Amino acid sequence: MDLILEGIKRAFLLLVTFDPEVMGITLLSLQISGTATLISLLIGISIGTGVALSNFPGRKVVVSLINTGMGLPPVVVGLFVTIFLWRNGPLGVLGILYTPTAIIIAQAIIATPIVMGISLAAMQHLPKKLRLQILALGATRLQMVWILIKEAKLPLLAAVMAGFGGVISEVGASIMVGGNIRGYTRVLTTATVMETSRGNFEIAIALGIILLVLAFCINFILTQIQQRERPR
Amino acid sequence: MAEPTPILEARNVAVKRGGATILRVPSLLITKGENLALIGPNGAGKTTLLQTLSYLLKPFDGEIFFKGEKVNSNQFIFHYRRKLALVFQEPLLFDTTVFENVAAGLKIRGMSRPEIRERVMDYLERLGIGHLSQRSAKTLSGGEAQRTSLARAFAVQPDVFLLDEPFGALDPPSRESLIEDLQQVLRQTRMTTLFATHDRLEALRLSDRIAVMNQGRIIQIGSPGEVMNHPRNEFVASFVGVETILNGKVIKKNGGTFIASISGQEVEAVGEAELGEHVILCIRPENVTIGPYSSEGMTSARNLFPGRIERIVSLGLYQKIQLDCGFPLVAYVTNHSLENLSLREEKVVMVSFKATAIHVVRKKG
Repeated sequence: MDLILEGIKRAFLLLVTFDPEVMGITLLSLQISGTATLISLLIGISIGTGVALSNFPGRKVVVSLINTGMGLPPVVVGLFVTIFLWRNGPLGVLGILYTPTAIIIAQAIIATPIVMGISLAAMQHLPKKLRLQILALGATRLQMVWILIKEAKLPLLAAVMAGFGGVISEVGASIMVGGNIRGYTRVLTTATVMETSRGNFEIAIALGIILLVLAFCINFILTQIQQRERPR
Repeated sequence: MAEPTPILEARNVAVKRGGATILRVPSLLITKGENLALIGPNGAGKTTLLQTLSYLLKPFDGEIFFKGEKVNSNQFIFHYRRKLALVFQEPLLFDTTVFENVAAGLKIRGMSRPEIRERVMDYLERLGIGHLSQRSAKTLSGGEAQRTSLARAFAVQPDVFLLDEPFGALDPPSRESLIEDLQQVLRQTRMTTLFATHDRLEALRLSDRIAVMNQGRIIQIGSPGEVMNHPRNEFVASFVGVETILNGKVIKKNGGTFIASISGQEVEAVGEAELGEHVILCIRPENVTIGPYSSEGMTSARNLFPGRIERIVSLGLYQKIQLDCGFPLVAYVTNHSLENLSLREEKVVMVSFKATAIHVVRKKG
């Protein structure tokens, strides 16, 4: 019990004094996951919207694939990215294994289907006649898509939040492709695993608290969005 | 008088859905400034016709002409659509303020911000919602939302205004108020309109011409008087209803009643109306009484006219009598009365109906 209380006490001290190690890890996490989320946003929303608004043979299969992708185990993603970036692997020449770039790639692969799937659902959920009304107002196809995206801005925001939430708390793939190198590829989750296994509970708890706060913020925003979506 | 200029024309248009032809219009010509009502039951093809004319639906056959030029359906079709405006039964507003909603069509057309401001505020005022400009569209009542939708369509100043049952989802007071305001704006802007409704009275109030549709075809098209009083077939007759519809102008006014001139005859009706106003009088056939012809008592009795029987149709337990009193009139008589009065075609009889039995619709220009 003392261990835990002592750990919590020291963790607060680390946080309140903005311990450089802890802050550094947090900043790196946000940069890496932020970039990965940005990539997933661009690919996910554009493809999700594209599929939602169009009709083509095999559409149902594509939608199923996207939905399946949302449940992709991160560890499996880590495995495949590692294989591809391995020294003798197909993309080994790039030499990016155990770099932040590798983590960004892995996290982007994890987040993209999530963003895609929720965007798809969000855009499909818009009233069909709204599309007709927008076209009737004289919009070009591009203008129509843009207006529809603005209409779905809240669920799309939820998609991005879900994507971010998924990768900021991800540990398997991040360790596998990142290597947990101090000051380079050590992020919140990977650092917590390491510090805990070493028994350095104050750091682990501090990092854990930060992760909790981040998770809470994301969920808070998601809940706000969800509650606002409820029609009167 | 100016030659009527055609503005929108459909030739040999046919639309298919799932293999079946859901609309077939060999010819439809709409002239500038006219108000054409499309009436018909659900599924008659009114919505399909409106959407096809705006090229929201692609016809598999036929052509659409705008101001005499053929409309080509390619990726630039939006240029054509920008000359029209279409309002649906649901307001279909965007999740933003009323102002931004009404500005939407103008932003699409690349208008400058100051010009947008002026145009939007103008039409918001005309539709009575100027005070709502900063309100979120989500908080509007049904009537306010539909007004916003109409303002949005008016703001682009279309050449042709298409409305698809725009008042269908509103409660009666909102409907009434909106129809009046809409009539006013349409008159001020001299807009060409084409609107679909299944409400005959609405069609009467807002249109110069009525097209009755059923099963994807236009069964009859003509002035309200023609369509209502001379239905081409049983379907049209049963859809437009059995009342006699008469167009008249108010020439005298007493407290609570007025006299309208109908085809040169004077008809008295109960109601409020202004001198010189155009009114529509609807008379149900069961309220029309037929008696033997007599030239006495003509000057003192109200709504008593001589009339010639044009046609007698048996409806089983009673008879439908079509008369010509200078204006068309339909009456019901029992088989018993038919015999007693020895009614037959070409016979001249006296026809009367009470001033209180007339349903008055004020056309307001």
